[in-house]
Amino acid sequence: MPWIPRGMRNGIVTTRYPRHPDGYGPGFRGSVAVARDVADDVNLEPATQACPTGAIKVLEGRPDLDRGRCILCGRCTELYPQVFRFQSDFETSVIARRALVVPPDNEDRESLERARQELGGRVKSLRRSVHIRHVDAGSDGSEEWEIAALLSPVYDVQRLGVFFTASPKHADLLLVTGAGSAGMLGPLRETYDVMPVPKVVIAVGADAISGGLIGEGYATRGGIGRTLPVDVHVPGSPPSPFGILHGILVAVGLLPPADGGRSGRDAPDAGRTGNGPVIPNVRHHEAAP
Amino acid sequence: MTERAFDDSMTRSFVDGVARRVGLGARFCGLFGSACEGGVRLTAVMADKEKLTTQRVLLPAGTHEFPSLARRIPSASWYERELRDLFGLEPVDHPRPDPLVFPFSDDAERPRPGTGHVRAPVEPDHTPLDIHLRGEGVFTIPYGPVRSGVFESVEYLVETPGEDIPHLRTRIFYKHRGVEARFEGMTVDDGVLLAERCEGVASVAHAIAYCGAIERMAGTEVPLRAGLLRVLHAELERVANHLDSTIRHTEGAGQAVAFARLTLHKERVQRLRAQLCGSRFGRGVVIPGGASGPPRLGSSALLDVLGSLESDLRSDMRLLLATPSFVDRLRGTGVVPADIASRYGSLGPVGRGSGQTNDVRVARPYDGYRRLGHQIFEERDAGDALARQRVRVDEIWSSFHLIRQCVDGLEELSEPERAMWSTPVEPISGEELGWSEAPQGEVLYLVELSEGRLVRVKPRSASFHNLALFPLAFPKDVLTDVAFIEASFGLSIAGVAG
Ligand code: SF4
Repeated sequence: MPWIPRGMRNGIVTTRYPRHPDGYGPGFRGSVAVARDVADDVNLEPATQACPTGAIKVLEGRPDLDRGRCILCGRCTELYPQVFRFQSDFETSVIARRALVVPPDNEDRESLERARQELGGRVKSLRRSVHIRHVDAGSDGSEEWEIAALLSPVYDVQRLGVFFTASPKHADLLLVTGAGSAGMLGPLRETYDVMPVPKVVIAVGADAISGGLIGEGYATRGGIGRTLPVDVHVPGSPPSPFGILHGILVAVGLLPPADGGRSGRDAPDAGRTGNGPVIPNVRHHEAAP
Repeated sequence: MTERAFDDSMTRSFVDGVARRVGLGARFCGLFGSACEGGVRLTAVMADKEKLTTQRVLLPAGTHEFPSLARRIPSASWYERELRDLFGLEPVDHPRPDPLVFPFSDDAERPRPGTGHVRAPVEPDHTPLDIHLRGEGVFTIPYGPVRSGVFESVEYLVETPGEDIPHLRTRIFYKHRGVEARFEGMTVDDGVLLAERCEGVASVAHAIAYCGAIERMAGTEVPLRAGLLRVLHAELERVANHLDSTIRHTEGAGQAVAFARLTLHKERVQRLRAQLCGSRFGRGVVIPGGASGPPRLGSSALLDVLGSLESDLRSDMRLLLATPSFVDRLRGTGVVPADIASRYGSLGPVGRGSGQTNDVRVARPYDGYRRLGHQIFEERDAGDALARQRVRVDEIWSSFHLIRQCVDGLEELSEPERAMWSTPVEPISGEELGWSEAPQGEVLYLVELSEGRLVRVKPRSASFHNLALFPLAFPKDVLTDVAFIEASFGLSIAGVAG
């Protein structure tokens, strides 16, 4: 069988993420980082106006960028390269919706920690493997490609005990894409309802988080957050496969969310089950500079 | 009353005019509505020897119906159902006027794109969908809308009425996002970002078609280097999409190793695109008036990646097309006979697998395609999944050929010229058509501007046009092969549902 030796070539291409850092070249638009300190005489108003999704707010001269809305168009980075900067970092998933706003608010640490502990406690019963069901709730079609890429030998998520399942009855994680189209809200809800507890919902992409550029219209609901309780938010338009994988690993408590701190499984009252996949050498991720 | 009769005759002569031209051999490309002050303007687009022509009529305010063309031009059926949903206009004598893009309830306000209104949120009304699902001995097998893999949401209903041939119905409304309404009032620059998200896997093709309409309206010349860069990205998009469709074939045919190899290659293409522009989908490259800037990868590095990718792909594709269990699975599956493809004016690889030759890159060349040499393909007309697969493989090689020409062309342009990547587009008013050849086939954009703001944008993806043909592709293997034939059609539902 001539295919067999070719199959054996695949092994070497697989990423070693998350044990070892992996990613793209410096040009990849993973996320926008925002400078914390901005000179007083810089007027950022034009950036708020140029942003097509209203992701940028300026309060007392200090910019806030909501990654849940950002579609990575590059207008702000072009206008104010000293304030907004593309970085190839894809580990941008967070648990609480408000943690997508950068730079992070240090006052908020405690409540973010609580959200993390709550999720960590909930997922601790997940066994060695995690089963995922995907539902498209009005995507533009690109997110599906990026999720499907996880099954390629490059990402090979089975090596991490992550499997996709056709049946929601066997799913632990629900990956939802799309701006929340009116027609899909019913089927989405039904899928969620038949999932066993604990169920975890991951909103994949700016569209699922906020509606993205599609926003809220007669046929969309500005994301899926009003239909389902979202546990993990993966920003991007679309997020890269690594970004989605980061979101999945944050959901099961194996990696810390982008807002810093510890992973859910490290939370004091979450504990390790001993059954879950244990990934040593996890790189602790720093929040955007 | 006399006025009403007058309007009717205008509409009738419009409809007859379209039917006559299609009867004389023009390809029917679509029928679109735009709400305006006086009512709803209908625009029929046809390709006469691949030159686009339009025919228009105004349905005055208060008009609730128009004569259907669908019995004479079968591919008009979906366009009329869409007009019915979005504008509340009844196509009289339509063979099956079910809701298509959204099942509005009777009292719901229709979106009427072009009006720029704020619209209240709507809920799907399932009543009008279910009335046809009845009858003696009819049973229906639904697939979807939540699919059994990582797919876009769509529902296929297989109706099996007694001994008759099963009938397939496609429900796309689950994904309807109201994209056309979203365009209204946007700036030209914001509009291209939305065009990229109409059919996300064909972002580049949509951006090109959208920008083409605006550039034609403004009389803007796109700098040659930008035209070449557009082609480079459009062809990488084609390779990725054709690989995606092939991957789904290998999955359906149980070719695990081929599946793994091709998903790997597709990922390499996506990463190359990200290296070139920062986006794995080529987003942000095409802007009105040109391109956003030079590729971020030097030409020798780019040629290196292309070279190793192509040689790996050639070797794997050669083996795949010589693997009997794969080829046998495709041969004779999902046959679209040439006469049906011709009658429906089917587009892209679906058409080209059934003897159709329309390819916008050749027929109405745009951007860099005007300067590049094209390869002539072997004609495929078997109409089955295998023919479509072969067309896609041929096209992948021609994409590599085009990409190399682009790289050479970009290299040749002298330094000072290199600085210019776009020509400014003045804020203008008017209406124009734009087009491109997406991996799925011809994309059309009807764009109306008023002083630089978008009044009405109607994107028409090839997927929309081709999906109407889908049920005709498998009278016999409908029960087992829905997903498989769907893969060989290579459609994106986002671009269909709007
Ligand atoms: S990159 Fe993001 S935040 Fe910046 S302008 Fe674009 S959408 Fe807005």
